[in-house]
Amino acid sequence: MNNSNPTLTVPLTALGRSCIAFVSELGGVCIFTAQGLLHIFTPPIQFRKIVGQVSFIGVKSLFVIILVSLFTGMVLGLQGYYTLVKFGSEGLLGAAVALSLIRELGPVLTAIMVIGRAGSSMAAEIGIMRISEQIDALDTMDVNPVRYLVSPKLAAAFICFPLLTALYDVVGILGGYLTGVIMLGINSGIYFARIESSVEMVDVAGGFYKSFAFALVVAAISCYQGYFTHTRPGGFGAKGVSLATTSAVVLSCVVVLVVDYVMTSFLL
Amino acid sequence: MDEISTLLPPPPPADDAAPLIEFSKVSKSFGDKMVLDEVDLTIHEGHITSIIGKSGVGKSVLLKHVIGLLQPDKGEVRFRGKSLAAMNREERRALKREFAYMFQNNALFDSLTIFENVALPLTERTKLKESEIRELVTSKLVELEIGDVGGKYPSQISGGMQKRVALARALITGPRIVLFDEPTTGLDPIRKNAVLAMIAHYQKKFGFTAILVSHDIPDVFYISQRVAILEEQKVLFQGEPVELELIENEVVRQFVGSLEALKDELTGLETRQNIERRFAREMERFAAVDQPFAVMTFTVDNPEDVRVGLGHLATQRLVQRLSEFLARTLHPTDISARFSEYRILTLMPRTTLDQAQRVRERLARNLGGDDILRINSRAACFSFSLRCGLAQCRSGASLADLVDEAEHDVKPIAHFECHPKP
Repeated sequence: MNNSNPTLTVPLTALGRSCIAFVSELGGVCIFTAQGLLHIFTPPIQFRKIVGQVSFIGVKSLFVIILVSLFTGMVLGLQGYYTLVKFGSEGLLGAAVALSLIRELGPVLTAIMVIGRAGSSMAAEIGIMRISEQIDALDTMDVNPVRYLVSPKLAAAFICFPLLTALYDVVGILGGYLTGVIMLGINSGIYFARIESSVEMVDVAGGFYKSFAFALVVAAISCYQGYFTHTRPGGFGAKGVSLATTSAVVLSCVVVLVVDYVMTSFLL
Repeated sequence: MDEISTLLPPPPPADDAAPLIEFSKVSKSFGDKMVLDEVDLTIHEGHITSIIGKSGVGKSVLLKHVIGLLQPDKGEVRFRGKSLAAMNREERRALKREFAYMFQNNALFDSLTIFENVALPLTERTKLKESEIRELVTSKLVELEIGDVGGKYPSQISGGMQKRVALARALITGPRIVLFDEPTTGLDPIRKNAVLAMIAHYQKKFGFTAILVSHDIPDVFYISQRVAILEEQKVLFQGEPVELELIENEVVRQFVGSLEALKDELTGLETRQNIERRFAREMERFAAVDQPFAVMTFTVDNPEDVRVGLGHLATQRLVQRLSEFLARTLHPTDISARFSEYRILTLMPRTTLDQAQRVRERLARNLGGDDILRINSRAACFSFSLRCGLAQCRSGASLADLVDEAEHDVKPIAHFECHPKP
C-alpha cells in the first residue's frame, strides 16, 4: 500500500530530477571541456586551425573592442571627473579610470563583447554541423569531432581574450584621457602619473587571470551548447540551433559575471 | 540500366563465408517509439547487401548501429564475431578506420570546398604530403566527373553532384566496408543508374563489403548479392534477391511487385492479390449458398504490334482508358485487375453466364462507338483487336483455370486500325 502524500512527493521528485539533470549537465560540460583542453596539446598541433580561429575570435573583434572600450573610457572619464571634482580630487581621475578598467571592466566587457560576436557564432556553427550530421560524418571518418572543432576554438580563446583585454584597457585609458584631459582640462602629466602610481602589477595580473577564466567559460559553454543541440528537449533542427545560440549567449554572460565576482573576492 | 547490366551477373554469394557483421536480437527505441525489435541480420564479407523497406521503418537506424553511431538498447552487434560493446577504444578506432559511411543527406562540410571535403579524411587521418593528397583527390574527383567543381562549396553545386562528392569522400581512403544510406535518393534516373553502377563497379574493383539502404526497387536487386527487408521493426526476409520471388509473404510480394502496383494505381485497377482474395470469397459463397459468379477476360490479341506501334507510355494510357471504360460500364460490385501485361480480368459476382454474355454484347456495342482506343501512333500503320472471354464458376476450379476456360469462349469486341498522321 502506498502511503506517500502526492502533494509532498511530486514537487520533491521534480526537484530531485532537476538536481540530477543539473549535476549531470555540469559533469557533461566538465568532461567536454577537459577533452577539448587535452586535445589542444595532442600531436600534431592543429596550428592552421588555431590561427584561423584567432583571426575569427581576435582580429575580427578588434574594431568592436576598440569602439566599445573608447566609449567606456570616455564615459568613465566624464562620470569620474564630475564625482571627483566635488571632493577636489579630480587629479585622481587617471587612477580611477585605469583601475576600473584593468581590474573589472576590461576583462568583463571584453568577454561580453566576444560572447556576442564569436560565442554565438561558435554555438550556431557547431549546432548546424550537428543537425546536418557533419559531426557524425567526422566521427565515422575516425576524426575526433571535439579535437577537430572545439580544441582550436578553446586555444584561440586563450590567446585572444588576454590580448583583447589588454587592448580594451589601453584604449579605455585613452578614452578617459580624451574626456578628462582634452575636454575637461585635467593636466595630462597628472593623469598618467596617477595611473603609474596607483596601478600595480597585481591589478594587471588579476585582470589577466580573469580574462583566461572567461576565455575558458565562453568557449566551453558556446561549443558545448552547439555540440549537444540534438539532445535539447523541445528543439529540433533550426529551432534547436537558435535555442542553443541563445543559451550560449545568456549562459556565458551569466557565468562570466558570477566567475568575475568569485575571482574578485579572492583577488582583492 | 545498360550501364548496370554490363556489370552483371554478380558473383554468387558464398554461403559458407563467415559473417562479417551480425545483428543478434538488436532492439532500439527512441522514447516510446520502438524502431528495431529483436532484429537478426547477417552481413557477409565482400558482398553488396541491400536493406530495403518503407520510409521511416528504421533502415538508417539499423545502418548507424553497424558503425557504432547508435548503440542497441538490447541485443548486440558483432563484428567478426566480437561484440562492438565489448571493444575497447583502440579496437573501435581500428574498426572505424575500416569503414566509410555515405550519409543520406550527404553530410558534406558546408564551410569547406569540395576539394577540402574529399581531402579531409586524408589530411586528418594520414601523414601524406600535401602534393600526394592533391593528386589522390584530383584523380578521384575526375573519376567521378566532378573534377571541375573542386573549388566550389557544397551549396553551389547540384544535388546529384553532392551525392558524387559524398561518394568520393567515402571512397578516398580505400575502405573495406562502405555503408551507403540511400545513395540514389533525389537523383534523376540516369544518374541513379550511374551511381548504382559505380557502387557495383568499385565494389568489384576494390572488393569492399557494401551495405546499401535503398528504396530503389528493383534497381538495387541487380547489384546486390543479398537483400534484407525491414518491416514493422523486424527483418522480414534476408537472402538472395532471386529467393525473394519465391517467398509467399504478402509484404515481400508487395516489395517485389511494387512497380506493378504503382502501374495498377495509375490505371485504377485492383491488384492481383486483391482479385485473388475476392475470388476465394466468391468461391466460398458459391460452395455455401450456390451463388454463381462469372469471370470475364479482356485480352489484346497482338501485343507486340501494340508495343511497337504505341510505345510503352501510350500502351499504359490505353490500359488506363480501358479500365476507366469498364468502371463506367460494368456493375459497381464487379472488380477488374490486371492479370498480365495485356490482359485484364473482371470478376462478376452474382452473375450467370447468360447475363455475362449480354454484358459482353453491350460492351462491344459501347466500345465500338467510343473513342477510347484512338491514340496517336508514332510508327507505321498497325492494328489490334480486343477479345473478351467468358467463364462460369464451377466447384474446385482455381482462378487460373477459369481464365483458361474463358479463352475457349472468346469473341472480339473491338478492332482498331491506326493510320499514322501524314
